Amino acid sequence: MATKAQSRVTPFRVFTYSMVALWLIIAAFPFFWTLWGSFKVQGDFFSKADWTNAIYGVYTTRETGAPFTGNGYFGAWVTEAFWKNFFNTGIVVFFTVTISLTFGTLGGYALASSGFRYAFWILMAALVFRAMPHITLVSGYLLPFFEWNIWGIKATTIIVLVAINQPFTLWMLHSFFLNIPKDMDESAMVDGCTRFQAFRHVIIPVMWPGVITTGLFSFLLAYNDFAVTSMLLSGENETIIPAIASFLGTTQVEGNIMFAVAAVVSATAPLFVLILFFQRQIVSGLTAGAVKG
Amino acid sequence: MAAGLFRGPAAPFAKQSNEANAMKHRTFFWFILPTLSAMVLFIALPIVSVFIQSLFVQHEQVLVVSESCGPFGCSETTAIDAGATAKLREEQPLGRFNGFGTYTNRSHLAFAELSDAWRMTESWGAFWDTLMDLPFYKALIFTLTYTFVVTPLVLVLGLAIAVGINKLPTLIKGPSIFVSLLPFLVTPLVGSLILAWMVDGDGIIGATLQIIFDEPSLSLKASATLTWIMLMVYGVWHTLPFSFITFYAGLQTVPKDTLEAAQIDGASKWQSMRHVIVPHLMPLVSFVTLMLLMDNFRVFEPIISFSAQGHAQSLSFYIFNDLRESGNPLYASAGATSMLTILGVMILLGPVLVRTWRDFNSKGH
Repeated sequence: MATKAQSRVTPFRVFTYSMVALWLIIAAFPFFWTLWGSFKVQGDFFSKADWTNAIYGVYTTRETGAPFTGNGYFGAWVTEAFWKNFFNTGIVVFFTVTISLTFGTLGGYALASSGFRYAFWILMAALVFRAMPHITLVSGYLLPFFEWNIWGIKATTIIVLVAINQPFTLWMLHSFFLNIPKDMDESAMVDGCTRFQAFRHVIIPVMWPGVITTGLFSFLLAYNDFAVTSMLLSGENETIIPAIASFLGTTQVEGNIMFAVAAVVSATAPLFVLILFFQRQIVSGLTAGAVKG
Repeated sequence: MAAGLFRGPAAPFAKQSNEANAMKHRTFFWFILPTLSAMVLFIALPIVSVFIQSLFVQHEQVLVVSESCGPFGCSETTAIDAGATAKLREEQPLGRFNGFGTYTNRSHLAFAELSDAWRMTESWGAFWDTLMDLPFYKALIFTLTYTFVVTPLVLVLGLAIAVGINKLPTLIKGPSIFVSLLPFLVTPLVGSLILAWMVDGDGIIGATLQIIFDEPSLSLKASATLTWIMLMVYGVWHTLPFSFITFYAGLQTVPKDTLEAAQIDGASKWQSMRHVIVPHLMPLVSFVTLMLLMDNFRVFEPIISFSAQGHAQSLSFYIFNDLRESGNPLYASAGATSMLTILGVMILLGPVLVRTWRDFNSKGH
């Protein structure tokens, strides 16, 4: 439909294109720069004298004999044992996502199928809970958790993250289940299924698109969390994000800031892959609530 | 990200309530039990726990007075009984009851200091300086400034970029959206750290600024104003993709006929934007605004990454700092700040909640 009027080069068009180009540079450049710089030594990545040093790797060549070095990565993964934190993150994120989705699908289905007033109030309460800054809740956990001796272990953090995740999961899946035609499970019940059997045999096979989208956001919440994981996990159970924060304190003093840079790049890599494969689902999830309105 | 919010839950409820097939109370109970108990145990009860905690303060140290008599008379010495103090604190970790004392002390609402300042200070400027010396108000003012600067900027810029990307050839759209998603989905701590390294005095942006302004000691972290601006720039960078992608999706649903009719009637690009596109996107604007307000109000990680706490503290950071107080966490202080923060969230969310409640009631319940 490219009519003449639409393909003409107007000042307005030039302006919008340059706005978009500028934004894309602002969005991508920091990541590219840090990825590139993570293969250099500190003298290049933080090069006061001449920023082109970071591109050509002047100090890196002088110190290591090659323009690129994996020293930062070796330091982070081997010396600082960052792989342990990655392993912890794997466990915490896996169980958080699985349990969240299990609880969330059951609850979201119930909220979508019940017409009673209390279902509305549960959704409203969930909205208020969704707005709570996470750190306000953390200050309520610490004393009881110390008292019951469950502070520091992964299971506690997992169940806390599941709970914090529930409001969002409920809203998302509730609105997804509303779009599944009512006739499907109701005709199964007319045929003699119980509600749970109808859920098991009729709803579960068709719910995966919604569950995958919701799961992506549960993953992001658990993976990106700092407030909960930094306050509730002991040293050996630490996940990557609080580990990076504590790196900052120790490595900066020892002049090993490149360890932290390498760790940051390593922590971004899984997110990069996630967006690469699930871009469509992420975009549809972000806009699910809004666009149908 | 609360999906389905602006369709409002009321509609399906109203439609369904007469149907015999609505889920029975008993079944509903079993389905909702896991999620509800998770939320009650780990969101609702902690709020109660925070409140109780905020009413107590740590026990003072137990002092023992001993009299020692020598050849020149007796003298009294006061010493701290470390054993008894530890034992008392062990037995009653909450401490002693203090009522609303923590709320009104200098670190929080500081009523006494405020009324003093009100009486003593001559000008607004002096009063403002006193206010910015009080930690709670300092954190509150930063949090509110951040929220109400970043939110409108993100709304306007997000709309502009959505319109721009919508005009791109299809081939470039996908990669553009991919790139745009990065700042939003990256871990806040990591994303702000990446920017913090770049604006560092030795980093690429920081060093370039020093060359441009020809001032080798220029540091964005040294001045309070520059620190605030830096944090807000990060905030815009981080949340812009959310508003832009939502608006971009909304633009796909703008009715083509109306746009063409407007063009035929001689409307300029700007006029059709103003009178066709923006009104069509209005419901999205309120959705995005709500989400942005909630997320910006809890600003926290960038302050750690930029190590900006000297010049800017947010409410979340203030709580975190109290809890991190090495060896001696200030539970009462953190609790009081948390309760006041929750109150702030409720005020922020108030209009939305009232509106949803009205919608729900007007649907004939």
